[in-house]
Amino acid sequence: MVIPYCVFRGAIIPKSVSHIKRFFSGMPGGVLLQSAGMLTNDRLSGCVLAIFALLVIWESRLLPLGTFRAPGPAFVPVLLASLLLSFGVLLLVTSGDTRRLASVTWAGWRHVLGILGSCVFAVFAIERLGYRLTVLVVLIFLVKILEKRGWIVAGIFAFVLAFGSFFLFYTVLRVPLPQGPLGF
Amino acid sequence: MAETLQNLYLGFSVALKPEILLYAFVGCVIGTLVGVLPGVGPLAGISLLLPVSFGLNATSAIVLLAGIYYGAMYGGSTTSILMRIPGEAASVMTCIDGYAMTRKGRGGPALAISAVGSYVAGSVSVVALMLLAPPLATFALRFGPPEYFSLLLLGLLALAYMSGGSMLKSLAMAVLGLLLGMIGIDPMTGFFRFSYGLVELGDGIGIVPVAVGLFGLSEILLTAGQSTPPEVVKPRLKELLPSRDEWRASLWPIGRGTVLGFAIGIIPGSAHIISSFISYAVERRLAKHPERFGNGAIEGVAGPESANNSATSGAFVPMLALGVPSGPIPAVMLAAMMVHGISPGPLLIAHQPELFWGFIASMYVGNLVLLILNLPLVGIFINVLRVPYPLLYPAILMFCVLGVYAVNGSVVDVGIMTAMGGLGYLLRKFDFETAPVVLGLVLAPMMEMSFRQSLSMSSGSYSIFVTRPIALVLLMVGVALLLSSIIPFLMKRVDWRQRFSVSAGEEKS
Repeated sequence: MVIPYCVFRGAIIPKSVSHIKRFFSGMPGGVLLQSAGMLTNDRLSGCVLAIFALLVIWESRLLPLGTFRAPGPAFVPVLLASLLLSFGVLLLVTSGDTRRLASVTWAGWRHVLGILGSCVFAVFAIERLGYRLTVLVVLIFLVKILEKRGWIVAGIFAFVLAFGSFFLFYTVLRVPLPQGPLGF
Repeated sequence: MAETLQNLYLGFSVALKPEILLYAFVGCVIGTLVGVLPGVGPLAGISLLLPVSFGLNATSAIVLLAGIYYGAMYGGSTTSILMRIPGEAASVMTCIDGYAMTRKGRGGPALAISAVGSYVAGSVSVVALMLLAPPLATFALRFGPPEYFSLLLLGLLALAYMSGGSMLKSLAMAVLGLLLGMIGIDPMTGFFRFSYGLVELGDGIGIVPVAVGLFGLSEILLTAGQSTPPEVVKPRLKELLPSRDEWRASLWPIGRGTVLGFAIGIIPGSAHIISSFISYAVERRLAKHPERFGNGAIEGVAGPESANNSATSGAFVPMLALGVPSGPIPAVMLAAMMVHGISPGPLLIAHQPELFWGFIASMYVGNLVLLILNLPLVGIFINVLRVPYPLLYPAILMFCVLGVYAVNGSVVDVGIMTAMGGLGYLLRKFDFETAPVVLGLVLAPMMEMSFRQSLSMSSGSYSIFVTRPIALVLLMVGVALLLSSIIPFLMKRVDWRQRFSVSAGEEKS
């Protein structure tokens, strides 16, 4: 294979990006460079897992590692993170023929954001507003705003579920649920 | 044998108490509803209803949760057969021939065979559980920390091996779960690990918010944007009876499914899902006319349905006898038992015989309740699916928030559920399995403890894991599983699990 070269700042380098890829493909780091060119699901996942593993190793520095024969509190987390790092790298380099990243569809992103947002709202509101009011607001948001149903349907549905579930779980089954400052 | 019968008598005297019967019945009804609803599988169902069981005594609580588990397995088959919607993952194979039968007007017999097969498999496998768990528990008394560590490691490897997709990805997920399990106070030194000042994380991340997030919430996120609810077919009671030929054709598949399901159930992993896939493949291989499969073969309903119910009991064997959950559902059941102050393991049967045998007996009763309940009431249960999904999923979401909050009364748990829901959504988009994360999370504290205790016992020598025979055998089985997965990969050959998944995919198309 003949690769066209040019001289750049005194160094001999391949002429174009595709030439660079071909130039490096035979070298040990070539797989990584090819990875960047063809992003598959598994390659992205491998990268994310490897980064997460490195983060865990970094965070473990604050804890005593112990020794190989007498492991400390950081030993097992570092061991596991190292395993995860190697799995991530393996995934990165061995998954050339898997699904391309572009094939993943995100058609329902509005719903995903809306639902996750509702859960985040519930985290902050449930002990401040109380269970019934929080659920009422979340359900009205989901049914009226996200699902575009009428106000009457959304209101009745939310009211019945919020108050009905509170009655069933709090009053009948005695599951402790927050009441909120207004008694709701 | 006489002792077993005496113990079983003790169990029935507990299970037939009106109060326990009531909880078995309620559990079965709720479980069937959970199974019918797409998005709330048995795992999320049990997790969500865990707080409800807090006010009950231990036996009633476990009977209620076991009823939900059984009911969900039954309910899942109903929607698979009538609507081609698998209520939970184990019913995927039932969709193929079950729905084909419905389109030919034989949905009723498919439901009847599924219910009878599940009943037979459930009852027979409970007998096997009853006979196998006590001797296994006696044997497990010889287990020390090295044996437990090897067993837990084998469990994770087996789960990764038996999963349908890539073993590398499943192992990565198991390690991710183990890492999540590291959060909280180190049990041996008292150091806080990765808790970032949150007192609630001192005891670690709870199983319930993780399970509900990864299974329940992520399913809602994946399905919420979809529209067009499918057509609901409602069979009448008189249409339920199978013909003589259908009974005859189902007999052996039910028998094979029962044995296969129980054997697979004992092995750690998503047993009830794998067992139904393997049972379908076996029935197709043994059939005189395999071309009938996919076009309404009753064997394709009888085998997988029996197998997944039998696997349910099989999965209880290691949980009750060893205290080691074999999958995410037994893991949540284990957590439920611990909430009630029960420590499953070798000593459970000896110390709390009325609980163990009462549980066994209630499984018989539960199976019978489900058989009586499901067939006549099938029309009522599937009415739940007439509720438009844009109204159904907000209700399910509300139950997720309620269930998770109620376990500890903690908003941190709801936050964890939200984060896990987002993570589960992404993982499933990127073809990762989420079950190993939950199992890893559950096993992490036990595994770390047994690992470090083993090293303390041996003054830091790792040879303790290979000098003790039971630990060595367990580790060798784990290594064999690992090698059998790596070798075909290195030789660029397709292994048997992929072959199964290809044949299943062909059927679906």
